[in-house]
Amino acid sequence: MMAQIQQEDKQNLGAKKFNMWIFIFTSFLLFMGFMSGFIVYVGGRGHALQVLLPNAFIYSTIVLTLSSLTLIMAKKAAKGLQLAQQRLYLWLTLFLGIAFLALQINAWLVLIKMQVFFSNPNAARSFIYVFSGIHFLHVIAGLLVLLNTVLATYRNIPQVKNIFKIEMASIFWHFLDIMWICLYVFLLLNQN
Amino acid sequence: MSTLAVHDHGVVHHEDGHEHHHKATFLNTYVFSQDHKYIAKQFLVTGIIMAFIAMSLSILFRIQLAYPEKSFPFLTTLLGHFAPNGRISADFYMSLVTIHGTIMVFFVLTAGLSGTFANLLIPLQIGARDMASPFVNMLSYWFFLMASIVMLSSFFVQSGPASGGWTIYPPLSALPKSMPGSGMGMTLWLVSMVMFIASQLMGGINYISTVLNMRTKGMDLWKMPLTVWALFLTAVLGVLSFPVLVAGVVLLIFDRSAGTSFYLSDIVLNGSVQPYEGGSPILFQHLFWFLGHPEVYIVIMPAMGLSSEVLSVNSRKPIFGYHAMVYSLIGISVLSFIVWGHHMFVTGMNPFLGGVFMITTLIIAVPSAVKTFNWLATLWRGNIRFTPAMLFAIGMVSFFISGGLTGIFLGNAALDINLHDTYFVVAHFHLVMGSAAIFGMLAGVYHWFPKMFRRMMDERLGYLHFWLTFIGAYLVFFPMHFMGLEGVPRRYYAFTEFESMKHWLTVNVFITWSAIMAGIAQLAFAYNFIHSIFWGKKTVQNPWNSNTLEWTAPIEHHHGNWIGEIPTVYRWPYDYSKPGHDEDFIPQHIPFSQTMSSNLPHDFEDNPGGLAEHTKWTDAQKANEAVK
Repeated sequence: MMAQIQQEDKQNLGAKKFNMWIFIFTSFLLFMGFMSGFIVYVGGRGHALQVLLPNAFIYSTIVLTLSSLTLIMAKKAAKGLQLAQQRLYLWLTLFLGIAFLALQINAWLVLIKMQVFFSNPNAARSFIYVFSGIHFLHVIAGLLVLLNTVLATYRNIPQVKNIFKIEMASIFWHFLDIMWICLYVFLLLNQN
Repeated sequence: MSTLAVHDHGVVHHEDGHEHHHKATFLNTYVFSQDHKYIAKQFLVTGIIMAFIAMSLSILFRIQLAYPEKSFPFLTTLLGHFAPNGRISADFYMSLVTIHGTIMVFFVLTAGLSGTFANLLIPLQIGARDMASPFVNMLSYWFFLMASIVMLSSFFVQSGPASGGWTIYPPLSALPKSMPGSGMGMTLWLVSMVMFIASQLMGGINYISTVLNMRTKGMDLWKMPLTVWALFLTAVLGVLSFPVLVAGVVLLIFDRSAGTSFYLSDIVLNGSVQPYEGGSPILFQHLFWFLGHPEVYIVIMPAMGLSSEVLSVNSRKPIFGYHAMVYSLIGISVLSFIVWGHHMFVTGMNPFLGGVFMITTLIIAVPSAVKTFNWLATLWRGNIRFTPAMLFAIGMVSFFISGGLTGIFLGNAALDINLHDTYFVVAHFHLVMGSAAIFGMLAGVYHWFPKMFRRMMDERLGYLHFWLTFIGAYLVFFPMHFMGLEGVPRRYYAFTEFESMKHWLTVNVFITWSAIMAGIAQLAFAYNFIHSIFWGKKTVQNPWNSNTLEWTAPIEHHHGNWIGEIPTVYRWPYDYSKPGHDEDFIPQHIPFSQTMSSNLPHDFEDNPGGLAEHTKWTDAQKANEAVK
């Protein structure tokens, strides 16, 4: 343990992890910016969402939550030096992440079928696309981080690095999960 | 395990986040360097170039303001179809104003100032070998450079650069057809700004993490120099406010390109009714100023930090009220987030809400005044050395006072309704954040030049540069107060065409010539800067007899800053002219055990062992005296 702390110390891994925390904070603020934009818009102009959100959003939320669980399993496996299991869970997380993206696209298609377009005189409705779209982009970034983590396990990297990578990925991925739940609940609360 | 925050891992091996070891090549030493000192120089040089460009733009539009009727054939030669018949066109005038503001606020005083000095000083003054993530730090510079190039490239598109003002309010900025500058130029502006924000966030995240995680042994927060405090809080402000600007800009991009109506409603363009409904341009102003106001503190706080350090070093006195200085920086940072509405008093805001914003705005006067009085008290009875850096730091205080006072006028909703969008505002912010911040930056350049380039700048050219710039800036901006009080609107192409404002033409001529003089004075700086890099006098290790850690690092630069162990810190950075010591400064890494004759009981507030030693020593001294 001591050796590990010193190793981490040398490469400033602690400080780098802190970078990730600040980064997700900035990203959180970006979504807060959109949410406050929504509140100001709806409050100021007397518009409301008045859309029944597609069920696909429920499924995608479940899938993303599951992917967080598999990532926790992967981290556990990594800490227990069970490389094969770690890989399996990481691939599973990646797969669930892609499924999430597919479900989001599906939700947009449903919205379009409901005549709720992005380009909309009621910008409250456009905000659905903004929230889910910007989050979508973040998830793509998250998938790249996960991919990097899982590919690193095929190269023979030191355990400290492996743990560091999976911890970085976890901070980011769990944040994406929580952020999506926040956005979804926010939309649900403002549905009318 | 407090060792996690301590970095004393011996000798030369530097780690830069990669498993394989880097060999020093031309490319990774001089171009894609990950060394914070080199990145600082890259930011500085880019910032200075951008400053000269933005200054030239201002002189161009000053020519138009002073001689609205006259034709200058050289303008057509220089600008082509932007200045037909030797006169700058009205559209291009707007572009000049817009890009001047954008470059000065963002590229010079945000990236050029914070980027340079946070990179240079944070690791060196807290005793770290580099930033938390040198790679991300390098990316931060390259994103900044790309943003600069994209911003300047808008001068080369047919329709000209963005021209809706640096605040890019919709609907003008959201409708590509509303004016020439809202076409391609605006798109480039937005692209540039997105890259710029990415750069600032990458930089800011690193600065925060480095300050919080990588301080050397003994460097607790209350032993950090005020420069580091200021740069740290600046980074915090940036990290909190820039994402919100991204949100605003993203929605603007959608309005421009995807047909949404976040900001647009009831628009008739050239007689044809546009399909947008339901949007609110005020929403953009809220999102913009939620960034925009902290942004002005992002601009001024590094200048405050640099000036505090320079004033203390060159007064040979401890900074007056160190804790008060830190608390007022924190106060300013917190308050800066709850005052944005004072930019929007005339948007039809509820007067009650305006009152709230007015009160929060005026409260900022308190920490600002605390800082000002502390600077003056630091100078009071100091053993002042008037180096060029010192003069610029004093100039910074001067501009901060004279510009800050008019802030009290503008912060009042009732007065602001008269003064809004007049030259009074122009005078106010050019003094308080323009001139003050640039003077803080120049103080920093003159003071830390030996640290960056291992040579000294020429003092006499420095004095010439200071006096011409100082006088020039006042001559340019002071008359604008009077124009504003009479209601002369800002950003007008030829306001002297109005009968009632005709008599301001002579003042405009005066201002323009003052600006040209101040502009020419900058050539003294440019010459001094470039000449000194190559042929300046070689510096000694600690040319200003300063206490902070950066002067303990060798003159020659190493990636890793210190050869061998990083010095441990024992005391605060302002032990200047401490009674009982044989020199007038005691660097931070000198332990109290080596300065017994100058130690005071309050040096040992949280150190009973040290206090016991101190008492023993003073008792022994007394006993010796008695024997004599």
